[in-house]
Amino acid sequence: MSPFFIITGFVTLLGAAFAMSLRNLVHCALAMAVAFSGIAALYLQLDAQFVGFAEILVYVGAIAILIVFAILLTRSGEAPEKSVLTSGWMAGIAVSALVFTMLGWAVLNSSAIPKETPPAPVATVKNVGDALMTKFVLPLEIIGLVLTAAMIGAVIIALKEDSQKSKSEVGGYQ
Amino acid sequence: MIWIVKNLWLIPALPLFAAGIIAVNKQPARKLAATLAIGSMALGFLLSLCAFSATLGHHGEGAFREVFSFNWIQFGGQWMDIGWVLDPLTAIMLVMVTFVGMLIFIFSVGYMAHDENFMRFFCFLALFASGMLGVVIANNLFLFFVSWEIVGLTSYLLIGFWYHKPSAAAAAKKAFITTRIGDLGLLLGMVWLYAQTGTLNFYTPEHTGCLETAALNTMLAAPPVAGFAVVTAIGLLIFLGAVGKSGQVPLHVWLPDAMEGPTPVSALIHAATMVAAGVFLVARVYPLMSIGGIIGAHGVPVTTSLTVITWVGAITAIFAASIAVAQNDIKRILAYSTVSQLGYMMMGLGVGGVAVGMFHLITHAFFKALLFLGSGSVIHGCHEEQDVRKMGGLKKYMPVTFAVYAVGMLALAGFPLFFSGFWSKDEILHSAHNWPVSHIPFLLGCTGALFTAFYMTRQVALVFFGSYRGHEDRSAHGHTAPDHSHSSEFHSHDPHESPAVMTVPLIILAGFAILLGFVGTPAWPWFDGYLTGEEFKLDFSKLAEPGTLGLMVASAAIVFTGLGLGWFLYGKRQRKTVAEKDVLEAAQPFIYKLLENKYFIDEIYEATVIRFNAFAARLCDFADQWIFGSAVLLVKYVTVGLAWLYRLTDEYFVNLGFDTGCEALREGGGGLSKLHTGRVQTYLRIIGVALVALIIFLIWGRKA
Amino acid sequence: MSPLQACLLISALLFAIGFAGAVTRRHAILVLIGIELMLNAANLNLIAFWRFSPHPEALTGFIFVLFSMAMAGAEAAVGLALIIAIYRHKKTSNLDEVKELKG
Repeated sequence: MSPFFIITGFVTLLGAAFAMSLRNLVHCALAMAVAFSGIAALYLQLDAQFVGFAEILVYVGAIAILIVFAILLTRSGEAPEKSVLTSGWMAGIAVSALVFTMLGWAVLNSSAIPKETPPAPVATVKNVGDALMTKFVLPLEIIGLVLTAAMIGAVIIALKEDSQKSKSEVGGYQ
Repeated sequence: MIWIVKNLWLIPALPLFAAGIIAVNKQPARKLAATLAIGSMALGFLLSLCAFSATLGHHGEGAFREVFSFNWIQFGGQWMDIGWVLDPLTAIMLVMVTFVGMLIFIFSVGYMAHDENFMRFFCFLALFASGMLGVVIANNLFLFFVSWEIVGLTSYLLIGFWYHKPSAAAAAKKAFITTRIGDLGLLLGMVWLYAQTGTLNFYTPEHTGCLETAALNTMLAAPPVAGFAVVTAIGLLIFLGAVGKSGQVPLHVWLPDAMEGPTPVSALIHAATMVAAGVFLVARVYPLMSIGGIIGAHGVPVTTSLTVITWVGAITAIFAASIAVAQNDIKRILAYSTVSQLGYMMMGLGVGGVAVGMFHLITHAFFKALLFLGSGSVIHGCHEEQDVRKMGGLKKYMPVTFAVYAVGMLALAGFPLFFSGFWSKDEILHSAHNWPVSHIPFLLGCTGALFTAFYMTRQVALVFFGSYRGHEDRSAHGHTAPDHSHSSEFHSHDPHESPAVMTVPLIILAGFAILLGFVGTPAWPWFDGYLTGEEFKLDFSKLAEPGTLGLMVASAAIVFTGLGLGWFLYGKRQRKTVAEKDVLEAAQPFIYKLLENKYFIDEIYEATVIRFNAFAARLCDFADQWIFGSAVLLVKYVTVGLAWLYRLTDEYFVNLGFDTGCEALREGGGGLSKLHTGRVQTYLRIIGVALVALIIFLIWGRKA
Repeated sequence: MSPLQACLLISALLFAIGFAGAVTRRHAILVLIGIELMLNAANLNLIAFWRFSPHPEALTGFIFVLFSMAMAGAEAAVGLALIIAIYRHKKTSNLDEVKELKG
């Protein structure tokens, strides 16, 4: 519970809050990046250095950029005219408040929480690599397959259709 | 068992088969129909001769009687028999019915030649013959009644043969209903007889039949019912059947109207055979009628039943004879004559026994059939004219018919010595004279004989003598006969002689009308001896006995008086025109009118019995409509009400329940489908709520 | 409050914020951002539990998080491809108007 920890946590949450509430989508993406960075800092503080750096690489470096690209491709850069909130947003706020209440209450009243901090684990890259190749080799391979499938799927879904084909398809719907 | 007794059933069965085959044949097959009918009767005649010869020669040992029965149907624990009996009574009736029937069939071939319903006529005739022969041979109350009913049915069918004539249809209905009243008595009597004796058979080899002495003695010992001895009551009930069928007073009203049928029908059914069935019935159950009484003169029993029969017969004889005097239709005169002669037969049975009555029946069959057929020939020759006032002088147009008709008339009147009617009627009068109870039937019989001679002479004189009066109306209105084929002789409406197919049977019948008398004379009482089985021999001295000779002379005198009176009034002073009043009518208009209108019996019946019947019918109709009709309506309304209730239940409970259920389901589904907004964020919210719920459930589960 | 509880509370709050944004905002990409935040909160939760577990040298939670991140990346790619495809088809990225599954 060092102050650094509290500040990092606060920054993360602030970033997340801004990410969810700003009008301009690009601002939201930037705030999201800040939130991801904060989470990476939290990982570093929890002695999961590899995960922290992987977070920066994957989330900030890839996913955030990807989102920016999507904003670009869907012409969502301009400020929207109407309300940014969907219909029935109050129900959503209520449900999320409920969820947080539930989780928080569970956490605070739990009896399985250990009181003292265990010693810092050794999570070097070598250990991670060993674990991946021996104990977790099957999930590794499956992840590889899934990633391949996702990549192919994403390409196919986002593929621009042939203009003629799209016209004929549209005609077929009539 | 002689083969003829075993095969006696063939005699009625052959005409039955003939009738059946004729009935199913396509028209027209006239030759086939005539051949079948006449052939079956001829074969029956031959078989009857065999039967007759089997019964001959048994006098002296008691009467011949052989029966043949077989089990027919089983009900309960007992078997019911059907059977036939061959005794002299049966044999003589068989011979007479088949012979006369055959001759009349041959006559009908000529008479009905122009009728288009030739086949139907012969079918009914054959059916009638089979029924009549069944009556004759029956040894069993059941078979007897069945055949009796067949005879009644065919009589109805034949009287109403020309059914499109309303008078014929009405006459047929009247005949059937009137005889039905008699048949009711017969049925009651037969059922009572069966109940009393326990058997339906008349005679059995073990002598247990209901007409045998053992059973009759048992019945005599039975306690009286309503003042009548049992035998008397049964006898009178059975006699009621004979009253209906044989046209005794008061059920005689159908016979004259039955003349609406064709003349062969009148000859066969209403002269020779069917009406004789009533007399035959009394003769058949004579042991029943005659037991228990005192024995009168000449061994003739006197019982209550026989006394009643005698009185009814005597009244009928005089009654009908008096009406016949004033009739103008040639067939009606003969019809009333038949009623009168049937009365004589009944009287004969009552005072003299079976032989006396049956002798007159046999002779009467021949000469009455002859007279009817002769009148048929006359009608045919006069182009369907039946009124005697419009005939006359036919002697020169139809000589053969005149000759045979004269023979028949003399036989009926009872011309002495040579004609059969004299001998048979004399027997009756002789027995009536000796009747211990009363002499009135004798006197009535004598008066009736006088009338008989008188009206027959009147008829013959009006028809055959004088000049032909038929031309007068011909010029006024044209030819009315519908099926007359002598169109080539249209220029002359003169009467003509009938063809040989019609005259030859007449001649044969005339021969028998003469010859048959000689089998029943007192000098040689063959008939008597044959039927009763007693000894007799040819003895002319019997004729000279005082009682017999006196009676013969007296009856001859009566006959000559009647003949002379008739000739004097009608033969010598011929009427010139049709419209001229009858001599008697001029003399005694009131009595003549009474006689002409049959003593207004028909009108009396119409006013009383018929009216009552119509009232009863209306009452029944009313009851049927209102009581049964209401019951039916009630059932109908209950059913309709129930159906309406079912519909109500179905529509409002079942259907509504079902429909409401389906509606609720659909609305529920509709409501639930609103959850599918298609918007992802709604789904997410619900997932969030579900997550919370799951966590609560898990945590609390853990805690517990 | 132990450090674990603090971490868990932070992750819970992060999750709630991400959830609130996902079910409230109209734009599809913002829903995706919310989903990424929720995933990250879960990852944080996992790392916290790994750090304070009795045997952290087994690296179970660690590896789990690595895989989770890989999946998040794949899922983000596909999701964004979907959004682009929908935008191409319906010319909008407003989730209120994508209601084809309405039943």
